[in-house]
Amino acid sequence: MSPLSKEDIDRMSSLSREDILEELKTKMLSAPPQSPFFGRDIISIKELSREEIITVLNHATALKQTPQPELLKNKVMASCFFEPSTRTRLSFETAMTRLGGGVMGFADAGVTSTKKKETLYDSMKIIGQYADVIAMRHPAEGAARRAAEATDKPILNGGDGANQHPTQTLLDLFTIQECQGTLEGLNIALIGDLKYGRTVHSLAQALIHFNPTLSFVAPESLQMPSYICEDLKKHNISYTFYERIEEVMAQADIIYMTRIQGERFPDKMEYERVKDVYVLTKDMLAPAKPTMRIMHPLPRVNELKEEIDPTPHAYYFEQAHNGLYVRQALLGLVLGALHA
Amino acid sequence: MTTFSHPTKDLRSFKVFTIEEGTVIDHIDAGQALNIIRVLDLAGNDTIVTVGLNLPSKKLGHKDLIKVEFRNLTPDEANKLAIFAPHSSINIIKNYEVADKFLVTVPKSIERLIVCPNPSCISNAEKMDTMFHVSNGGEHLKFTCHYCEKKFQHDDILEYKYS
Ligand SMILES: [Zn+2]
Repeated sequence: MSPLSKEDIDRMSSLSREDILEELKTKMLSAPPQSPFFGRDIISIKELSREEIITVLNHATALKQTPQPELLKNKVMASCFFEPSTRTRLSFETAMTRLGGGVMGFADAGVTSTKKKETLYDSMKIIGQYADVIAMRHPAEGAARRAAEATDKPILNGGDGANQHPTQTLLDLFTIQECQGTLEGLNIALIGDLKYGRTVHSLAQALIHFNPTLSFVAPESLQMPSYICEDLKKHNISYTFYERIEEVMAQADIIYMTRIQGERFPDKMEYERVKDVYVLTKDMLAPAKPTMRIMHPLPRVNELKEEIDPTPHAYYFEQAHNGLYVRQALLGLVLGALHA
Repeated sequence: MTTFSHPTKDLRSFKVFTIEEGTVIDHIDAGQALNIIRVLDLAGNDTIVTVGLNLPSKKLGHKDLIKVEFRNLTPDEANKLAIFAPHSSINIIKNYEVADKFLVTVPKSIERLIVCPNPSCISNAEKMDTMFHVSNGGEHLKFTCHYCEKKFQHDDILEYKYS
């Protein structure tokens, strides 16, 4: 709302009650609309429109170029990690600190009352009284949504079990845009465990906004779930299934690697058979476009050989680093310091 | 009025007799009548409830049917049963005649009733109400958990919470 000046107040004091109400109404209606991000929870990538995703990425770009060490001065972020995830936690906490804000919280549920069976609802209601914004991670699916019911303070979901991890998806989109100069119409190959990988599900769904050509490279038993494919079909996004990385190398703009975990396989022999098929080596990169970039949500095990690190195709460390700017952008937006 | 020219029809009307006052829920998908009795707590009162299971139906092949005496279902209650039987029709009976007739509407969301089948869902980890968003695309209703965001069909749901 546009602020009232002293003149406004002096003038209005001589008016009748009805006229004052009328004047206030006009003032409020002519005020600039509140940013759609202010006070908002960021729980699921599905809730962000194309325009909103672009807004976040633009702010992240600006923050990467020009640091804003005072932007969130006097604001406090609670960092609530009910299960450990050092990488995500440090990224959130650094993001807040480098914007001039304060951080408090805990790094595993053992230090909170959850051991004494306090509900998540109660914990978050109390923490919300101390903080201006809450970054959280929790092993139960839907935990962030539940937490948002307990407090008015914005919740940034840093992962709720196998469900959502929207800041990961945003940093993936940011990274793709950064290394390719655009998000539109790219050829993107997702490789590895596409059945259980939360990261690749959210990324595929978010890419729907940007008209990609998708390649899904996985053993048949770990292919992309049908509900995601149906979603893509509904939006006329073309996708193709492959079983070998070599088949997509020449056309891909982005190779997005994920880890295949042995425990996902009901049949151990099947795992032994495929585990080396989904390993990316330097030799395999020969037919790639010079602009092709490799991404990986990290940590890697052996699916991405260290020999790739010095090649111009490797982009996974930049990707991890970019989480900082995307999280800064979200913190600034939901706290009202940045505007859509 | 009863005639005696059609023995099988008579037998049926004898089993599921006419009521003076109350509600007839017709065209229930076969197999869902007992769920509806539980969700609307129809058996919990003193009223007489008559249930027909697997009756032949032109529209559905087989259908269930429920007659509840001296109780008029509200549209809200009717919509609650729609998640089990989206094709059902409600007949409000007064003085042996149909006084009002309407189809049920599938609600957009349903609170408390469904227990989330996902064991990793927060709604199974702490004491709280569940909420599911109902979508009516295609042949079957689909239920999306408000919390874990997983999508289910009736067959996936193992437990309902009847209050
Ligand atoms: Zn659930």
